[in-house]
Amino acid sequence: MDRYVVFVVLTFAISVLGMLAFVIALIQKQVLVPPEAASSIFSKGETGIAEPDRTGDVSDRWKRLDQSARGPILFFIVSSVAWLVIGSLLGLVVSLKFHSPEFLGARDFLTFGKLRPLHLNIITYGWLSFAGLGISLWLVPRMTKVPLQGRNVLYLAGTLWNLGVLLGSIGLLYGKSDGLEWLEFWWPIDILLAVAGALVAIPLFRTVYLSEEKHLYVTMWYTICALIWFPVLFVIANSHFLHTGVEGAISNWWFAHNVLGLWVTPLGLGIIYYLLPKITGHPIASYQLSLFGFWGLALFYSQVGMHHLLGGPIPGWLANLSIVMSVGMAIPVITVAINHHVSTYRHFRVLKDSVVLRFVVFGAMMYTVSSLQGALHALRTFNYVTHFTHWTVSHAHLGLYGFTTMVFFGGIYFAAPRLVGRDWPYPRVVNAHFWIAATGVLIYAAATGIGGVRQGFALRNPEGSFEASLAVTIPYLVARSVGGTLMLASHLLMLVNLVALLGARTEEAA
Amino acid sequence: MKKAYLFVLGGSSTLLLSIFLFFIVPRVQMGALERAAISAQSPYTETEARGRLAYIEYGCVYCHTQQVRDPSVGADKAFGWGRASIPSDYIYDRPHLLGTSRTGPDLSNIGSRQPSREWLHLHFFNPRLLVAWSIMPPFPFLYAEVASETSPDGRAIAIPGTDHRWIVPSEKAEDLVAYLQSLKRDRDPIPRETKHE
Repeated sequence: MDRYVVFVVLTFAISVLGMLAFVIALIQKQVLVPPEAASSIFSKGETGIAEPDRTGDVSDRWKRLDQSARGPILFFIVSSVAWLVIGSLLGLVVSLKFHSPEFLGARDFLTFGKLRPLHLNIITYGWLSFAGLGISLWLVPRMTKVPLQGRNVLYLAGTLWNLGVLLGSIGLLYGKSDGLEWLEFWWPIDILLAVAGALVAIPLFRTVYLSEEKHLYVTMWYTICALIWFPVLFVIANSHFLHTGVEGAISNWWFAHNVLGLWVTPLGLGIIYYLLPKITGHPIASYQLSLFGFWGLALFYSQVGMHHLLGGPIPGWLANLSIVMSVGMAIPVITVAINHHVSTYRHFRVLKDSVVLRFVVFGAMMYTVSSLQGALHALRTFNYVTHFTHWTVSHAHLGLYGFTTMVFFGGIYFAAPRLVGRDWPYPRVVNAHFWIAATGVLIYAAATGIGGVRQGFALRNPEGSFEASLAVTIPYLVARSVGGTLMLASHLLMLVNLVALLGARTEEAA
Repeated sequence: MKKAYLFVLGGSSTLLLSIFLFFIVPRVQMGALERAAISAQSPYTETEARGRLAYIEYGCVYCHTQQVRDPSVGADKAFGWGRASIPSDYIYDRPHLLGTSRTGPDLSNIGSRQPSREWLHLHFFNPRLLVAWSIMPPFPFLYAEVASETSPDGRAIAIPGTDHRWIVPSEKAEDLVAYLQSLKRDRDPIPRETKHE
């Protein structure tokens, strides 16, 4: 046993030293690029001028670059919103089943255990992946100053990805499941998704390759690494023949946390790093700090997964490693938080004019909250209460909805009109979408969070009973359905917005 | 483009470190355990294995854990869920079904705790027939409901509180029950004769 401890301490020490060396190297190179690197997202003379939600003020230079990405990005955005509506409808049905178990319970394909993974997979691979990729790829030409390359590859990748999500979903309804949370899609379909994911990287790297920019803006760091990380994670975790028993559980939760930390989160953070300065018209507060945020995330986040198995039959050192790394996540989170919130604070007034900025700032705030919450509940004292409860669901929705989904909403509301060349026909509906979604997710997270803690205390009470731990959650489960209904309603508003925007376009063309 | 190499390199190396720690090292550590074959478990029979697939298909894992925590961590033992789990309890499990949510009770030793075939079937058919406060989904589609004065089938089970109504379990329901009955992870993992060495 001892040699493992020595081993882990050594690896950890080496990796921390490695990261330090890496950051220092980066900073030194950073000195060589002009200090205006943070301003590379602005055209000459554009700094200080806010880019508002309206399309009329976009300079010709950005317009040209946007147009190069138009077709495939609109395809990604439309696909994402379609999956979002389906996925959140399923989420609401599942939520209702928690307090009304007979609701839609008489049919095989409508049973809780089939719809729940369907909700999770459609939201993760249908909505979050499509939306995150769509907006991130739309930003690639804007940052490299080169038209987007390989548009046909993107059409192909998007079609394959859509097909993968569709076939995977049908498979789940027919009982074809790999049985691992976040990895349920049947393995032959996973191959389709892995190929599609790898294809998306081709246009990215081709565009970056042609770029003459001396400096890659921070958003690009996140996008490049996300597109390297995801295919590797997905293929390793889906190689089921490699993992049995407890090792399977380790692989499962290594993936499940990394698909958030190394796939959805970097895409979301990259988009914040672009939209926040762009809309306020001022570079990010501290560009050097964003280096720590990025490399801290790369190192710490990839090792936090085992806090999902605390108290379970996994090696003690592995659990401890994940606890240390989870707490370590506070470093990148706080550096990113300082950067984002200081930038927001300095230009708070823009929030009044820009609905997009509201989405983005809400998302940035929820990133801080959910990440610090994550660091906190990785601690044993806290985890032993919240483990196995609805608290985990609260945390997941705060991260994936409060943070990433809200940022992606902002990204779509910013990108789509620029791609189509028209403003949103109903700005009030866009605003309504923000308030309804924000209220919905806060109700949702509060209900499952508080309910989860009470459930956790009941599960720890040896004088109590399991029945008591269930009974205490029921009112909170009802409250969750209320929050979920609001979230779904806001998505329908988004669908209306998108149809109106695209519909107006075809009218004009005709 | 020069800058992109830095991120490709750095990003890959952090992921590589994580793969090393989470896959290679546990493999070495737990491989030793497998070779020693210290386990109370036996391989699943064909019926039980099919039942396990049904357990996956109907998403039981989303509400039921199959891992018991030490009394210092939770009230698992007080609730009758048995001893704390160890890695060798799972050497025949692929995929693993440890679970992370306890909307329902732990099922590590449900086969010891509730061995009755009748109870399990009736509970699947409609959990609230037997446990009034349950929020478990019902599985009526796995059963044929029959009205009959006498038992319509050797496998039929009378629905309590009704006049001559019976349920006849499908193949899938029988498999599922066989799987649950096989879950007895409360046995001592180490053979007695080696225990005192």
